[in-house]
Amino acid sequence: MCKDCGCESANARATGHGHPHPHPHPHDHAHPHPHDHAHAHDHPHDHDHAHDHDHPHGHAAEDGLRRIEMERSLLARNDEIAARNRAWLTSRGIVALNLISSPGAGKTRLLERTLDLLRGRLACAVVTGDLQTDNDARRLADRGAPVRQIETRSSCHLNAGHLRDVLPEVAPPGTRLLFIENVGNLVCPAAFDLGEHFKVALLSVTEGEDKPLKYPTLFSAAQIAILTKTDLIPALDWNLAECRKALQAVHPGMFVFELSAKTGAGMDGWIDYLVRLAG
Amino acid sequence: MHELSLAQSMVEDIVAAARREGADRIVRIRLVVGALSGVDADAFEFAFPVAAEGTPAAGADLRIREVPLAVHCRDCGATTSPDPLLCRCETCGSAAVDVTAGRELKVEALEIHVPVG
Repeated sequence: MCKDCGCESANARATGHGHPHPHPHPHDHAHPHPHDHAHAHDHPHDHDHAHDHDHPHGHAAEDGLRRIEMERSLLARNDEIAARNRAWLTSRGIVALNLISSPGAGKTRLLERTLDLLRGRLACAVVTGDLQTDNDARRLADRGAPVRQIETRSSCHLNAGHLRDVLPEVAPPGTRLLFIENVGNLVCPAAFDLGEHFKVALLSVTEGEDKPLKYPTLFSAAQIAILTKTDLIPALDWNLAECRKALQAVHPGMFVFELSAKTGAGMDGWIDYLVRLAG
Repeated sequence: MHELSLAQSMVEDIVAAARREGADRIVRIRLVVGALSGVDADAFEFAFPVAAEGTPAAGADLRIREVPLAVHCRDCGATTSPDPLLCRCETCGSAAVDVTAGRELKVEALEIHVPVG
C-alpha cells in the first residue's frame, strides 16, 4: 500500500537499476583494517553486491572491529520531521498540497489564479521553493494569502525541515489550505515527504505526452495530476488522449484535471475540488 | 540528483550511531538500495566520499546491495520480478500487484573500529 494515501501499491515505482556494478570500487584504505585475511574463505570477491557477508569477523576482538546492525532508512530523518509537520497541519484542520513539476510547467501561474478565485472563500497560505530569488513570492503576494519564499540555494528539492521552519508563521489560525510550490524538478521532490496530504503533479502541454512514462516516480506517487496550458493545444501537435493514456498506465485511476490558468478554462473543477478538500 | 543530500543524511546518522558505540572510525557501510527507491547506486557511490570527507566515515568501504523489484499478484497469486517501469504481474499481466520488495533504502549494518584499551 502507498504510504501516503493507501492507494494501489502498484502505483509506486521508479526507474530500475539492475546492472551488476562491474567497476572496481576504489577506496583508499587509509584505515588499517586487515582486509585481506578476512577473505580467505570461499566467496569470490567480485563486488557484485549480491553476497550477504554474514561471515563472522573472528578478528574483531584483536583489532577493535565490530559490526553493528542499523536497519535505518536514509529517509528516516526527513520522514520523522514530515510526520510531525503532517500532524501539526492535521490538528489545525489545514490540508496541504505539494505541487511538483518541471521548471516552467505553470505552478506559479496556477497558484496566482487559484488564490484569486479562492479569495474571500477559503483561507489559503503558500510556501514556495526555488534555488534563488523571491520572484515567485512577489508574484503571489497581495492575493489574500500569506506567502513564504524558501531559497534552497544548492538543493534541488524542498525537504521536511524547510517546511517545519516556516510552518508556524505561514499558516495562521483559520488557514484551511496550504499550497507548497516545490522547486521545479520532476525527479527529486518526489522522494521527499514534506508532511503534505497530497502530492500534485503538474504537466504542461508543451512537454511530451509520454512524460509520465519517463518520470514514473512522481506520477505514481502523486494523487492528482494537472495538465496545464491547455489553451496552447491547438497550436501544438499534442495528443491529449495519448497523455491521458500515459498517466493511467503509470497510475491507474489517477485524478486528472485539464485546465488553462490563463484563459480560466477548466479552473472551475479544480476550485470546486479544493473547496471540497478543505470542507 | 538528490543522492548527495541522502548521502549527507546517511553520514550524519551513521557517524552518530558509531560514536554511540565508542567508535573512532567507520570501516564499512552496508547499504540496501531497492529498484523502486528512486536512488541510483552509481550516483550514490559518487556522492558518498564528498559527504563523508572530514568525518569518521571518510574512507569507509561502501557496499551497496541492490534489491530488484518483486510483486505479488492479487489476481493469479504469482510473485514475479517485472521491469519497474511496467510493474505488472509477469505471469498474467494484471496491474493489481502488491510490491513485496524493491522499496528499500536503508543502512542495514556498519562495521566500525573501536579503539582498544
